[in-house]
Amino acid sequence: MPALLPIDVLLIAACAWLALGFAGLAAPRNLFFISKILFPLGAAVGVLCGLTSLRFLGESAQVAVLAIGLPDLPFHLRLDNLTAVFVLLLGFASAGISVFAAGYFRKGEGAAPGLMCLQYHLFLASMLLVLLADDAYAFMVAWECMALSSFFLVTTDHRHAEIRRAGYLYLLIAHIGAISILLSFGVMTAGSGDYSFAGMRAQALSPFWASAAFLLALAGFGAKAGLLPVHVWLPEAHPAAPSPVSAMMSGVMLKTAIYGLLRVSFDLLGTPLWWWGVVAMSIGLATAVFGVLYSTVQSDMKRLLAYSSIENIGLLAVALGLTLIFHAYRMEALAALAMTALLYHCLAHAGFKSLLFLCTGSVLHATRERSLGKLGGLIHRMPWVAWLALAGVIASAGLPPLSGFVSEWLLLQAFLFSPGLPHPWLNMVVPVAAAVVALVAALAGFAMVKFYGIIFLGQMREEALKDAHDAGPWEKAGLVWLAGLTLALGVLPSAVIGYIDAATRQLLGAGLADKVREHGWWMLAPISPERASYEPLIFLATIAAAVLLGRQLVHRLYHGRLRRSAAWDCGYVFQGPRAQDTAEGFSQPIRRIFEPMFRMERHFPTIRDERPYYSVKVEDHLWHWLYLPLARLANGVSALITRLQGGRIAIYLLYSFLTLIVLLLVARP
Amino acid sequence: MSFSGLLWQLFAIVLALALAPLLTGWVNQCRAWMQNRSAPPLLQPYYMLHKLFLKDVVLAHGASHLFRFAPFVVFGCMVLACAIIPTLSTDLPLAPAADTIALVGVFGLARIFISLAAMDIGTSFGSLGGRREMLVGFLAEPALLMVIFTTAMISQSTSVATIVETLAHRDFIIYPSMAFAGIAFTFVSFAENARVPVDNPATHLELTMIHEAMILEYSGRHLALIEWAAGLKLYAYSCLGLALFFPWGIAEGDSMFGLLLAIPVLVAKLAIGGALLAGIESVNAKVRIFRAPEFLGTAFLFAVLGLLVRLLLETRV
Repeated sequence: MPALLPIDVLLIAACAWLALGFAGLAAPRNLFFISKILFPLGAAVGVLCGLTSLRFLGESAQVAVLAIGLPDLPFHLRLDNLTAVFVLLLGFASAGISVFAAGYFRKGEGAAPGLMCLQYHLFLASMLLVLLADDAYAFMVAWECMALSSFFLVTTDHRHAEIRRAGYLYLLIAHIGAISILLSFGVMTAGSGDYSFAGMRAQALSPFWASAAFLLALAGFGAKAGLLPVHVWLPEAHPAAPSPVSAMMSGVMLKTAIYGLLRVSFDLLGTPLWWWGVVAMSIGLATAVFGVLYSTVQSDMKRLLAYSSIENIGLLAVALGLTLIFHAYRMEALAALAMTALLYHCLAHAGFKSLLFLCTGSVLHATRERSLGKLGGLIHRMPWVAWLALAGVIASAGLPPLSGFVSEWLLLQAFLFSPGLPHPWLNMVVPVAAAVVALVAALAGFAMVKFYGIIFLGQMREEALKDAHDAGPWEKAGLVWLAGLTLALGVLPSAVIGYIDAATRQLLGAGLADKVREHGWWMLAPISPERASYEPLIFLATIAAAVLLGRQLVHRLYHGRLRRSAAWDCGYVFQGPRAQDTAEGFSQPIRRIFEPMFRMERHFPTIRDERPYYSVKVEDHLWHWLYLPLARLANGVSALITRLQGGRIAIYLLYSFLTLIVLLLVARP
Repeated sequence: MSFSGLLWQLFAIVLALALAPLLTGWVNQCRAWMQNRSAPPLLQPYYMLHKLFLKDVVLAHGASHLFRFAPFVVFGCMVLACAIIPTLSTDLPLAPAADTIALVGVFGLARIFISLAAMDIGTSFGSLGGRREMLVGFLAEPALLMVIFTTAMISQSTSVATIVETLAHRDFIIYPSMAFAGIAFTFVSFAENARVPVDNPATHLELTMIHEAMILEYSGRHLALIEWAAGLKLYAYSCLGLALFFPWGIAEGDSMFGLLLAIPVLVAKLAIGGALLAGIESVNAKVRIFRAPEFLGTAFLFAVLGLLVRLLLETRV
């Protein structure tokens, strides 16, 4: 029997996911069968995918042709290193999410479990196919399957009007994006009619058409990823979906869009132009600042995380832009540095954002509450979730020694080289962009302290929270897995770069791994140790040693006595939960400093109020400046078109007759 | 990594632990003199630490493990920061563990823990302090990073040791970019160390405090560790400033003579720096909390200006 190639294993995995999905339909109401057997099996398939791509990374590409699809147009599949990195991400992140989901779905919540199971595994399989596709047709089919299955997952709880609205918005923007991607593929075939990616690679496009293809791809994939100004679906759809689905969408699905952008701009289009990078970076910076500012002012925990995802996508676009700029000037070593930061951040974000979304899921189950204003003090009732969420929070704030910091560090290192760009003003403007990245990272810390402090710390803001319970064993296992990934990505950067370097090398012809391997596995020195180095394990060990030694010494030399008493609080007697900051109160400094960025409706109490209250509602400027006018325009145009449709058959016959005459006039030889 | 290097590393950490309260005491003493008050003894911070360690910890009922854990983490972070910054020598074994960007990360980690701990009891002052600390933090951190970027571009490195070696070896020219960066760094260190224009270390007026508001609920050894960590932070910032802007006298390599010479030089530089700090604090008034963004915004502007000056004027020199 011939050995199975990695691509065959991945195909089997995709089929296994499909089979698991359909198995769910066999007994759609049997919760035990679906959640305790099918979902863990799905997780095992995810681990299989991850391990397969780990083994594959560094090898040369493998192709397969599936004889399904249109006649003459079979599905071409290809596994190369870029695909493998994203399959790795998909496999490992989905494993944790699936295990969590095994404990998450309960009776009587939304759709039947079997249907959920089908949609969920279809979603996974279609994401895998998106990554494997090697022709535009297979890609678009998988892409649409992914959009549709995630649409149904978002609208699981379809009885609520706002969830249906969120789903509609998501579907609408997904499809506008899909059209744009399709057009981009069309431009890249250059009229040759060859829709395989190999055919597109062979085309030498003129700069104009190459730019058109890039911009269309940026718009299309940007709509999926949540780049400004097509981000609006993200904060609506993520909170609407069940938490494992939000985790999957935010952690994994957004990365398929990044994958698409990388595929188009580095693989299919050949050499980029420098200004593509500037476009990507400007949009990325705007997105990152927008995302982080809005995430700090949210009062709904899942919306907060959704905006934080927008911020991270923005940072990824910044890294993409920097890579494009370096690559366009043939500074491949630096392009490799920026690209490594990009891929690393994809992996890191998949880990910590999935973790945080799943934590909100546990909180939601335990308390039935999503609004930050009604949570608090859950560290006492849900210690597992709280401590694991802390790992996600630290990583998300981009702090050492966890995963978010490594990618941020690499990105800043790449920025430090930008003054060497051989372009008169680019070499001055790009370094200043690093200032914005630094601001975004610092603001992310603010948002995360708000998220964690208000949900898990302080006094419980509602009586009902006293009955909250910790996550079940399955949920804990999923969270521990993702937290472990976050930690591993944080402390073993050299090993991880050794793996993902194959993708960088494939796209740019240069990599970091040789440089990184020169100096021990514990040290990350992408250029040289004199230039910059970071040793997360020693970093962590020193802090841990100081903590333990400090504790031991204090206890040994003095004492370890401790007694409990009421809180001091400067002697104030009233210490109820309402004396704490609310979610709105916590972000008040941000609203005040960045006031023009928000569209706020505030109500201040006056001394004459019978029932004084304060309220603030923060909305997105773009919604009012861009989307509502567009919607009005669409409505206006369709109202005009409605006039054509009088509903009388005679009129329609007249139209047909007129059309015929016009056609005869035009088509006359 | 030699054995003697390891010993010197340990010595640098112990020196930091020992000197940090002394620096705080010295600044307090200078401030008292300048404000025409009778000064507390120089060793007052040590007495305070000793007293606090002797006392029982009184823990609020609602305190979680995070609250008890945070002072140790903050202390550990500051120890690491002091170990990385070249106080005596640029060639110590822990130096490559973190570069300047990671150093900013260490301070950020400590800040997150102390802010979370402040929110843990759920009192009004705690969350107020935590929120304000994060406000100061997110304004100061980018400015600090930009200062570091400027120095990193001069020395083509983000490693603290390399930066210090490069800056110490060049001719004595005042780079305009470094002047801007120096101003920005001074502003940031005032804000980060809870000093006068932004916060007042001596205040207990509830509505104006930041750092004190966060640690209101701490007592006993926890409070001692936090106070010690605050001292270490001031020490770390002073040493970082001295290393970046006045790098002369720091030993390179681990020759016994150079290291022994570095100690009195460091003490002298810290004494002058502390006196200057007290002076600046004495002639300034604490600003309202919503003027703090203006103060730090200015710092950010100066830092970016330094970077631009570096890029515009100095790259082709």
